[in-house]
Amino acid sequence: MSMRQDDGKTPSLQLRRGLTAGAAAALIAIYLSSVGLIAMMNARPVIANALTLAQMTLLTIVFLAGALSQRPSPQDRTPAFWTAPLAGAVAGLLVAGFAGVILSVNLRPVFIALVPPLARLLTFGQSGVDGTAILVAGSALVASAGAFYQRLPDKVRRLLFPAALSVLLCGMFQEFIQVILQSNALFRWLAPWFYGWDGLTATGALIVFAVALAAAALPLVYRKPAGAGDVSSWRRFVPALFILLLLLLVPIAGGPYIAQVFLLIGLYVLMGMGLNLELGLAGLLDLGFVAFFATGAYITAILTADSPLALAHYTAIPSLSFWLAMPIAVLGAVLMGILFGIPVLGVKGDYLAVATLGLGEIVRIVVQSDAAAPLLGGAQGILQIPKPQVGGFQFGSAVSLFYLTLAAALFAAYCAWRLERSRLGRAWIALREDEDVAQAMGINLVQSKLLAYAFGAAFAGLAGSIFAVMVNSVFPSSFQLLMSINVLALIVVGGLGSLSGVVLGALVLIGLPEALREFGEFRYLFYGLALILTMRLMPEGLLPASRRRRRLVSPIAVGGSTPVARP
Amino acid sequence: MSDTSLTTLPPGASARKRINGIDVFMWALRCAVAAIAIFGAVATLLQGRYSLAQWFDFAMFGLTLGSVYALIALGYTMVYGVLRMINFAHGDITMTGAFAGYFVASGVSRNGLLATHPVLAIVAIFAVAMATCIAVALATERFAYRPFRNSPGQAPLICAIGVSFVLEQTVRGMFGSGVKSYPLTTWHDAVINVAGLRVPVVNLFVMGCAISAMVILYLIVHRTRMGMAMRAVSEDKAAAALMGVDVDRVVVFAFALGGAMAGVASVCYALIYQQVHFFMGFAPGIKAFGAAVLGGIGSIPGAMIGGMFLGLIEAVGPALFLDGLGITAPYQLRDAIGFLVLLMVLIFRPQGLFGEAMAKKRA
Repeated sequence: MSMRQDDGKTPSLQLRRGLTAGAAAALIAIYLSSVGLIAMMNARPVIANALTLAQMTLLTIVFLAGALSQRPSPQDRTPAFWTAPLAGAVAGLLVAGFAGVILSVNLRPVFIALVPPLARLLTFGQSGVDGTAILVAGSALVASAGAFYQRLPDKVRRLLFPAALSVLLCGMFQEFIQVILQSNALFRWLAPWFYGWDGLTATGALIVFAVALAAAALPLVYRKPAGAGDVSSWRRFVPALFILLLLLLVPIAGGPYIAQVFLLIGLYVLMGMGLNLELGLAGLLDLGFVAFFATGAYITAILTADSPLALAHYTAIPSLSFWLAMPIAVLGAVLMGILFGIPVLGVKGDYLAVATLGLGEIVRIVVQSDAAAPLLGGAQGILQIPKPQVGGFQFGSAVSLFYLTLAAALFAAYCAWRLERSRLGRAWIALREDEDVAQAMGINLVQSKLLAYAFGAAFAGLAGSIFAVMVNSVFPSSFQLLMSINVLALIVVGGLGSLSGVVLGALVLIGLPEALREFGEFRYLFYGLALILTMRLMPEGLLPASRRRRRLVSPIAVGGSTPVARP
Repeated sequence: MSDTSLTTLPPGASARKRINGIDVFMWALRCAVAAIAIFGAVATLLQGRYSLAQWFDFAMFGLTLGSVYALIALGYTMVYGVLRMINFAHGDITMTGAFAGYFVASGVSRNGLLATHPVLAIVAIFAVAMATCIAVALATERFAYRPFRNSPGQAPLICAIGVSFVLEQTVRGMFGSGVKSYPLTTWHDAVINVAGLRVPVVNLFVMGCAISAMVILYLIVHRTRMGMAMRAVSEDKAAAALMGVDVDRVVVFAFALGGAMAGVASVCYALIYQQVHFFMGFAPGIKAFGAAVLGGIGSIPGAMIGGMFLGLIEAVGPALFLDGLGITAPYQLRDAIGFLVLLMVLIFRPQGLFGEAMAKKRA
């Protein structure tokens, strides 16, 4: 064993490590440039006039390459420091070479993003032999910084990381934070400390860094004695409470656009909780989930709309108010859920995913077709859905609709929370773990599966109903398969089976791309990467469900060397 | 899900207990689909809205499309055979080949090679598309699927969905989101007359390519050592490993073969529709998966027949089943018919038309 470790320290292995890390970093930078992300990131400053998001990303990649080259591996417990600058230099050299290729060959006809300005961006404006040398040296330096960071004690890293992240967030979201600060006299005096008119100032960045550092250090000072069992139970609710507070306050302070974003997040949270019952608890991977959402939206539309397609127009049914239509829409979605669930009762595992995907697509194609147009409006959809009203108050603004959604989501969360701890919830979990064993234990498979679809559909139907009044109209093109996948992505990233995970997942996956508007077209790339990386690096998600966390600590799974999520 | 549940009967073969509401519902569903198909077909034929030549055109197009589905389905079936996972991204892997083929095709059509040396140009298009698909398939396997080789549950499928998104969005980001029209070859609009029926040359060419690719694949799988190893692994992975088969190499081989077939399919698909788009791989991918299941997943001849059948149903279906029922614009429902076939197969015959043993193993 010790012999092999000594072998591991041979320069050739270290050399390979450095080269691989550098090449990987360069490849990631080249990939991001080719899909056009780097050029787009350049438009968003992190620190005004000093650092753009693109530069920050490039530096972070090299920094990470340096840090990762220092991570001990089985063959090599104590990697040499010089692998980091080597990795950095290799990355710098390769990226400089790539920039040279862009400048000398016209790749534009094939790769639309590879234009000369990108090359200048990648090389930080350097050119020629001297410039390349500066670039390589700088890159080696950044990678060394990464290696240095990696070698810091864990405690120190736990302080530095949140501080750096805070600076990044305060810089990236400066427009929103500025709006919030300006809207309130209490905070207005704060703004000039941090922000100039074009973003976070360097002084501001330093202040944010220091404050975040201090805040991160607080728990270290006032630490409770380790091993206190109660700590973990109340700590679980801290992020949830914090997020709730954020959800309550930010939309009022932030103005209509932020309210709109939060409204959308709220709708996705509703849907996420629904799919969480199906997938997180019962283990039914449903890719046709959007059909339930569409059912809720369409039923609300045909019951309330002021349009020739509304039921009131051609039947004796009077035009209903939103408050009456919403429960009917939810019931309709439940019915849809059951109708949807019955045929696929016997379909399992991966086949179920494809079968539900097919069902969802059939629903969308039929709704979109001219054949169903006399009833549902075809591709033109149904227009003129009135906003909900209570007495004289109309839920006209995004802010008011957001609070409606929040109330619905809280109610739904309560239901989901109770369901999870009910007999039915335990039956679902048993079902997820092993269908045959669950059946042998006396669980009625048909009933519990159909109830999972029904409850999931109810949540989605509620979301659909609010969605219909939010946009005042329904179109089949709003109900693409992509929506099901969005919901899937957010619950996977948040942590399957975890309620607070749904909220966090929606904030990250729905809120972030909405807030960074110009990246809208890259959101699905972001989702795809999020799905892969979550599954690979933290299959339990960002905020794992407690039941799963227990399993991680004491894996009862037999046969597997590492405990893995079994969603 | 796991291979342990041998006791569960497939839903079609319910030799269990009394008839309940669910069974009645399922039978009603079956009967409804069958009734729509039969009444629609009878009504359409009685109305006589389509001539024999038109039916021939539908069938010809269906078989052409079907041969492409069959090629894509082969990729699903081989990967499923060795890994028991759905390579959800396979349709998008096909799409990457279509883009590679498109860039070569537009290159050779601009510099005139397509006109002067058509055979060379077309071989180049196919070669590049196949190489791209193989490379993407192998990279996907290495970085996204191999880490999940032994993990249970839905993690591999969720990861595969992620890969599918990444591939689509990467192509969109690199090459743009517009629809690119494929350069036309000189013989693209040519038509051969066979006994009074007009047969487009493109259709014949596509079918010829697809069928020869499938024959080559069949020979590889059944006549080479590697093919034998692959069949052994899809029978029983553990036993094959004990017999000295390198399972990793077999998996890589299966992905490479599937990628090669996807490459051929991508060029054929682009030739039929004469355009490429970053989202073009999704629908044929899902439908081809249906074709693979229809033919009995894991079975190579099954995938071929399943693909042909699906293509035929999709091309003939809207006219045959729906037109007679007085449905407006039945062609908009073409994809719905394809998905319905997929659904009916998954629900009523997950073991496929030919497979029995396979289905039991995975049920």
